[in-house]
Parts: sequence; C-alpha cells; structure tokens
Amino acid sequence: MSTIQTTADAHHVPEFSTKPIWRTFWILLGITAAELIIATIHLKTGFPPKFVVNGIYLILTCAKAFYIIAEFMHLRHELKNLIMTLGITCLLFVWFIISFLYEGNSYKELRNRYDRHHLEQSKVKVQAPEEHEPAAKKPGSVE
Amino acid sequence: MAQTIPAGQKWWGGGKSPFNVEYGKVLMWYFLMSDAFTFGAFLISYGSIRFATNGWPDPNEVFHSFPFMGATHLPLVFVSLMTFILIMSSVTMVLAVAAGHQGDQKAVTKWMILTIIGGLAFLSCQAWEWTHLHGEGAWWGRNPFINADGTAATTNFTNFFFTITGFHGFHVFSGVIINIVMLIKNIRGDFAKRGHYLMIEKAGLYWHFVDLVWVFVFTCFYLL
Repeated sequence: MSTIQTTADAHHVPEFSTKPIWRTFWILLGITAAELIIATIHLKTGFPPKFVVNGIYLILTCAKAFYIIAEFMHLRHELKNLIMTLGITCLLFVWFIISFLYEGNSYKELRNRYDRHHLEQSKVKVQAPEEHEPAAKKPGSVE
Repeated sequence: MAQTIPAGQKWWGGGKSPFNVEYGKVLMWYFLMSDAFTFGAFLISYGSIRFATNGWPDPNEVFHSFPFMGATHLPLVFVSLMTFILIMSSVTMVLAVAAGHQGDQKAVTKWMILTIIGGLAFLSCQAWEWTHLHGEGAWWGRNPFINADGTAATTNFTNFFFTITGFHGFHVFSGVIINIVMLIKNIRGDFAKRGHYLMIEKAGLYWHFVDLVWVFVFTCFYLL
C-alpha cells in the first residue's frame, strides 16, 4: 500500500478551517436571495426585461457553482494538475451548450417557415384548465 | 490557493502521486466528472427542446405552491426553501470533513447526522412537490399547464421536469444512503482505527456534487 508515497497522507493537506466554510455559506445564501429578489422584481414590474434577468441568473449560477466546487469540494486547494485535468475537460460544456441551443433554435425557425400548419396551431389560445381536475378524469389514475 | 509546490519538483517523473490526493478521491472526481456530463446532457437536451418549441409554460405560474398555504400565490418560495436546505446540508457535510481532519470522531458523527437530516428534509420537500404536481394532473406524458402566452403546451415540459428532478432526487437518495453507511462506519470507529477520515471526504465530494447539480436544476427549471 505504501510503495508510492503521496506527499499527503491526509495530514499534509492544508488544514480545513471552518471560517471559509461559513463565509462560503453566506455567499451562497446571499446569491440565492439575490436571485429571488430579482425574480420578484421582474414578476411585479416586468423590469428588467427577461433576457437581461436570464443573463444575471446564469452569471449568478456560475458564481454559485464556482464557490461550491472551489470551497466545499476543496478543489481550489488541490494541485494545479488535478484542477486542470477537471477544468479543461469541462470546457467541452461550452461547445455542448452553444451548439445544442443553436440547433434547437434552428429547428424551430425551419419548422415555423416550412410547416405553416404547425405555426398556426401553436398560436391558438386554449382555455386554462381548472386548478384541480376530478381524479376520475385523470388517465391512469387508480381507484 | 492551490498547494505550493517546491521549485523544480517533477510531478510526472515517477515515484510521486502527481495529483497528491488519494486514489479513491481521484476516482471520485472522475466519477463526478462523468456524472456531470450525464446531467449536462439532460439539461442541455431540455434547453435544446425548449429552444425548438414555440411556447413554454411560465415556471412562476406552475411552481407557486407551498405546503399548508392552499392556493396562495407564492412563486419560487418553496423551491428556495429546498435550495436552502441543500446548501445547509452541504455546509454540515463540509464541517464533518473538517472534523475528520482533526480526528474528532464525535464531531464527525454529529455533523453527519445533521447532513443526513438535511438530505431527508430535501427528499421530503421533493416528495411533496411531486405529489402536489401529480394532484394537479402533471405527470410523464401529461401536462395540465398552458404556455405563458396562453397557447397549448407540449408534454415535454413535464417530461423533462420529472425526469431531471427525479434523476437528481435519486442522486440525493443514494447520497443519503452513502452518508448513513459512513455514519455507521464512523460510529463503529472504523475511521478512527484507520487513522484518517478520507471516506468521509469522498462521500462529501459526492454530496457537494448533488448540491452543485441542484444549483443548475434550480436555475434551468425555476428561474429561466
């Protein structure tokens, strides 16, 4: 078991202190609260516009992800070798997200252009269903 | 900061662990990496379908309920509570890891119990939400909600919602099981005998990952 010496057997790893943990907790809580406040303002006033709000959400989400990975998962304190191995692989997500959202949007545009029936159908307003449908009407409901 | 390396140290020359972490932890990182791509594939296909669809339900209209509050319109409140619970249990998990570093068996037990309670609380919240949505007629293949612009919605909305939150909930569930196993092993004194609490750290990595995924699920389904 001990032929290869890891410089760390548990104890050489920089000590955990509880202070940054709580600081991270407050940051995460603050960001979530900020998201809620923005969402509420947007719901009540319609300002700022939806795409601005979405951009803010995405930035805040990435910030939260960073703090969880860096502090809670302790990655920030690991060797650069490990950080790079994981981080560079994750760059695939950049392509992944851009290309698939682009494809989805492209599909919608093409379908709306060449399938007029689909486009018209998707403009038909429907009545909002009642809040609680009777249980008997639900398909698959068991007595 | 990243660990400081003595100048001129050759990590890849052999005889040393180039990542300077125990093999189990490296493998846990790699597993989480692959799991991240699984969740990424789910969430990105959700985004792709959403971009390919003309209308989409407004999440603030769909997720507006809170237990025992009846029909009061409270968008986002319940899911924020769930987020808070999960972040809180992440904190207690990281405190358990910190206690493990100090070799404090009692403290590890205490924080692990709190983490497990947090996980169970989250699962209960999710169970309530699913039950509530099912009561409103939503399920795989059934979507009672209409689009934000008043047109008919596809069932993709509920399909993706139940699949992805279900998959995440299953991760939380297995995380709770793992944490319970770790708690039992800790109480039995296995880690104290071994002299280190690396198993707690590995369980912790998994648990934080579950929290991390929830951050993205929260954004994709409830905010955007």
